[in-house]
Amino acid sequence: MSDPVTATPDARYEGFATVTDTGPRGMITIRGEGETLVKAAKAAGVDLPDTRAVTAKGGVQLAWMSPDELLVICDYPEAPAIAAKVEKALGKDHSLVAVVSDVRQVFRVEGANADEVLRKVTPANIDALAPGEMRRTRLAQAAGAIWMPEADVYEVMCFRSVGRYMFDLLSGAARPGSELGL
Amino acid sequence: MLILTCPCCGIAADETELENGGEAHLKRATVGSSDEAFEAYLFDRANPKGVHFERWRHAYGCGKWFLAARDTVTLEVYATYSGQTPEPPADVVKAIKAKRPDWEGTA
Amino acid sequence: MSHRIDDAGRLIDRSKPLRFSFDGKPHTGYAGDTLASALLGAGVTMVGRSFKYHRPRGIVASGVEEPNALVNLGSGNKLEPNQRATTTELFDNLEARSQNVWPSLAFDIGVVNQAIARFLPAGFYYKTFMFPRAAWKHLFEPFIRQSAGLGKAPDAEGRDEDTYEHSYHHTDVLVIGGGVAGLTAAKAAAAGGAKVMVLEQEAHWGGRTPVEGGEIDGMASEAWIAAAVEDLAGMDNVTLRTRTMGAGVYDHGYALGYERVSDHTPGDGRPRHRLWRIRAKQIVTATGALERPLSFPGNDVPGVMLASAVRDYAVNYGVAAGRRTLVVTNNDDGYLTALVLKNLGLDVVGVVDARATATGANAERARKAGIKLMMGKAVAGVKGKRVVTGAIITDLSGKGASTDVECDAIAMSGGWSPVVHLWSHCGGKLNWDDGEAMFRPDPDRPPSGAAGEAFVVTAGAASGFLSLEKGLADAHEAGRTAAKAAGGKLTRKAAPKAAEEERQPIKPVWIMPTEAGVEKRMKMWLDYQNDVKVSDVQLAAREGYQSVEHTKRYTTLGMATDQGKLSNINGLAVLSDALGQPIPQTGTTTFRPPYTPISMSAITGEARGELFQPLRRTPMHHIHEECGVNWEPVGHWRRGYAYPRAGETVHEAVNREILNTRENVGMLDASTLGKIIVKGPDAGKFMNMLYTNVMSTLGVGKCRYGLMCSENGFLSDDGVVVRLAEDSWLCHTTTGGADRIHSHMEDWLQCEWWDWKVYTANVTEQWAQIGVAGPKARAVIEALGGMDVSKDAMPFMTYQEGELAGMPARLFRISFTGELSYEIAVPAHRGAEMWEAVAKAGEPHGIQPYGTEAMHIMRAEKGFIMIGDETDGTVIPQDLGLDWAISKKKEDFLGKRAQERSFMASPDRWKLVGLRTLDGAVIPDGAYAVGDGTNANGQRNVIGRVTSTYYSPTLRKGIAMGLVHNGPDRMGEVIDFATLDGTGTVIKAEICDTCFYDKEGAKADV
Repeated sequence: MSDPVTATPDARYEGFATVTDTGPRGMITIRGEGETLVKAAKAAGVDLPDTRAVTAKGGVQLAWMSPDELLVICDYPEAPAIAAKVEKALGKDHSLVAVVSDVRQVFRVEGANADEVLRKVTPANIDALAPGEMRRTRLAQAAGAIWMPEADVYEVMCFRSVGRYMFDLLSGAARPGSELGL
Repeated sequence: MLILTCPCCGIAADETELENGGEAHLKRATVGSSDEAFEAYLFDRANPKGVHFERWRHAYGCGKWFLAARDTVTLEVYATYSGQTPEPPADVVKAIKAKRPDWEGTA
Repeated sequence: MSHRIDDAGRLIDRSKPLRFSFDGKPHTGYAGDTLASALLGAGVTMVGRSFKYHRPRGIVASGVEEPNALVNLGSGNKLEPNQRATTTELFDNLEARSQNVWPSLAFDIGVVNQAIARFLPAGFYYKTFMFPRAAWKHLFEPFIRQSAGLGKAPDAEGRDEDTYEHSYHHTDVLVIGGGVAGLTAAKAAAAGGAKVMVLEQEAHWGGRTPVEGGEIDGMASEAWIAAAVEDLAGMDNVTLRTRTMGAGVYDHGYALGYERVSDHTPGDGRPRHRLWRIRAKQIVTATGALERPLSFPGNDVPGVMLASAVRDYAVNYGVAAGRRTLVVTNNDDGYLTALVLKNLGLDVVGVVDARATATGANAERARKAGIKLMMGKAVAGVKGKRVVTGAIITDLSGKGASTDVECDAIAMSGGWSPVVHLWSHCGGKLNWDDGEAMFRPDPDRPPSGAAGEAFVVTAGAASGFLSLEKGLADAHEAGRTAAKAAGGKLTRKAAPKAAEEERQPIKPVWIMPTEAGVEKRMKMWLDYQNDVKVSDVQLAAREGYQSVEHTKRYTTLGMATDQGKLSNINGLAVLSDALGQPIPQTGTTTFRPPYTPISMSAITGEARGELFQPLRRTPMHHIHEECGVNWEPVGHWRRGYAYPRAGETVHEAVNREILNTRENVGMLDASTLGKIIVKGPDAGKFMNMLYTNVMSTLGVGKCRYGLMCSENGFLSDDGVVVRLAEDSWLCHTTTGGADRIHSHMEDWLQCEWWDWKVYTANVTEQWAQIGVAGPKARAVIEALGGMDVSKDAMPFMTYQEGELAGMPARLFRISFTGELSYEIAVPAHRGAEMWEAVAKAGEPHGIQPYGTEAMHIMRAEKGFIMIGDETDGTVIPQDLGLDWAISKKKEDFLGKRAQERSFMASPDRWKLVGLRTLDGAVIPDGAYAVGDGTNANGQRNVIGRVTSTYYSPTLRKGIAMGLVHNGPDRMGEVIDFATLDGTGTVIKAEICDTCFYDKEGAKADV
């Protein structure tokens, strides 16, 4: 068995900002409400995120997706074990836990003007994006989510099937000479 | 190009991030209903020039449905509120009446 | 003749000459020139011909309002028609050609239209092209097609080599217009702490103020502008963009900015245009004002220009419109032009002023400068065809003696109209100001935003304040209040000050001479580009047109590419006069975005070529591509239609794939099928509502085919449902249905049954799915290793989870082909790996990939329906003989009530049957079965239609399914299907069972 691959394995574009495929990520969708989500976060070992927030601890991120949905983002091989742990912790609580590591992929957009790449493709207000916040929105014609793991760095999550579209879109927006100069 | 604030995640969403679901507060008519009642449920729509209650889904965001009370002429948005609301909440009705005293209500 | 003059031209750099060509002839201009100023500087006065009469046309204006100077710019893949010379910045080697001329600008065939102008009045097209009917196709349409359109369309096979993009921007205050009003408003708003964006359509700041001179805060206006721009540029909360036009203002503070990034520096690698999609809390429109022409006979002859444009060319570009200029005016503006020309040492023949007496400071200055003032007079005629050679001057009424004067340019001013377009786009209302003879924004009736608040405010000349002093004060206040309304503070800084200007009132003169006869009125142009004259509008009024909107469309006034920037007010004033009503009663036509035309490519942005649409790729996409797949778009997905081998046609490939699957084994990429988990204590109840059949009783580990209907009762989707666990189901949907059905489920759960304990998750993309079908399918799966797939261990319609070929996998034993068949699901990141593993394991068994067409044919051979073929949104499951999949026990399910309606139970509904052609031919797609008699339209009555039709390589003949009136009761009957080949021949087909292959299902049950 060889390694799992995203739709754009090792893709990288260097324009006025750099766009890279970060490789397969472990992901788990957790649906539930109230106390159930508190338990889930505890089992995943990460603080329960507030509305639209992403929390992180020990290489595991936990993102608020909607009032009754969380997304664990972790190393690809870890997902089944974490999912099992969460499922066990939730016991008979009404919930849904599913490993969805292959549903989505994540691109990294970095560089001094990385924000401009995103400004060209999303109606979301990039200036209003706070560190630790995940903004679910659209990027051109595809759904996605954007967050800032650190200054001048954005991570963009999209569905696997549009991975190539997203990479081409972000690369096109980062083309040298097309700086917005804001 | 409207902006509606999703009550589920708090995002002031661009219209292009939303999906419209038609008129809100319809009562489902099903097995046992008269032909007239069922027809009304399926097809009768207010389509008002003025205050309107609509269903919207934050399709490119948290994915949740919510409701909006807005004016189809002035584009004023009186409120956005939970999709799990069988009829216009009292505070929303009050807010509309404060701004539009001539509004005759939903009946 | 127009020419370049010394010692003027604030915007040009004479040390940087630029070469350009017009109609192939080389010319020289300077850096900073527009194409229009360079043409005038080179002595080119005639630049095109009008649309209808092909009259010679010269440059009239100096900005966006220019109606005449439209050119084809560039060539080959860079060709762009209808580019305004007045807003095209000159660059080296610019290539321009005149439009609407054939064979050449100087000798134009279409000019014959001029001779028959009398017969081409308003509404000519409507009146003429009605009858006889046949003439339309053979005479009128070819003629109109030949003569319609302005510029040359680029080569249809060519591709635009430039790039374009969008940029989203969020700001507190958007200031549209970078003249002194815009800069003042921006400064005031920025001082209030607001985040400000300023858009200026031209390359330089300050608008027309530097042309007019004057002082602001004790500085020369040009110096004040430079200082203001420097101030603003230095502020973190301010974004400045030149060459960016505010194109439109829309709902909730949405605005579009059209940035021409590299039009003036072609080939430098930057995007050509950028569309700014702006969300502003407050919008200040500091869009200035446009001068109006005067409607006198011959006002369209090249050399007749707006008075302000004549000033602009002289001061900005050092270009004189003529050597001897006559000024004609009804307001003080004309005097300003006369004075500028005089100061530059140019000859001014005199000022013809419609007003009776010359009073006030401007008239006094003109008089002192020795300029001849002709008061209470009119221009009653223009001499010259391709360029002005003289004018005829009479009393204002046109009565009495006339005087001829010699001149080679006429500068006209009919007063000013504030640019109210952007104010009006989103509902701002206007008032008619009788004193200033203009429509100006009514601040009490502004466009309103999401909270009911006013979100647009006008500033300066756009508010109707034409003097510098009043304009600055107004703009400052606009900026202050916008900042406050956007959440900032009211700045305490004072407005910039300018000296009070004394201007004498305008005398509205809508036609000149005022009592001109019809011959003269036929030569008074309102709309230069579309050739609409005063007489046309008056004729429309006589013919009963009262609404300004109707008159616009009837006469085409204001419908040209300039959208009536010069003609609208004059036109509606003429209409009002003809209707004998005041101007405000006539009102304006609707102002619609964009303010000036923007390129289609800017709207498209990045969405072209590979990025035209998100193309969804399965994990095996690249493998299919490598083996030369023939793609089929399904929604945004690409699915393999067939896999032709060298020397094989697609049709041959499909047949081979089917026969191989039926004889050996085939593999299909089924990853695109929707996969949705439904889980929870109430999931069974929910599943029973979603599907027409009972899903709650399905055993764990079992599969069941299910149907979903809309509330209207119509079949909406189908697929195999799998019971994963006691409280959880996996729903397979069609390829196109995944997102729709997931959304449909969430809609019911969120908005109707929110108290039900059910969660869903769309895991479509988690799994790559591979169908393995054919007699040898089991052998292939066994070769992969990891699961017991014997008949006993894994019967038909069951499911198991485990490992295959060392990969975590789910295996479903279901069949859409009628063969022994499995579907393998593995995590998508391993999809390609599994595909290769299956191909390898199947090699000894002759496995071949098959595409969607083979799949479609095999399912049709089995009589299985396909959503979108057998259904079209008007078909209920009962129509398709699927009654067995509709529960009679369930109290309710989505669509149940609808299916109880009398029409749904009607025996006259068309029902699904198989169709076997008598001669084995294939019935054409979508063919209708014809019955006896004709309907009310004289068409043959129809009694059914084909829904699926194919050549079956298995049966070696055509097979089909179709919906036929009383179909199931007519087994064995032969009916006629019409063909569209025009011969009236029919294809005879016998009604038969829908299943053509292995009716007993023995093949799948092994």
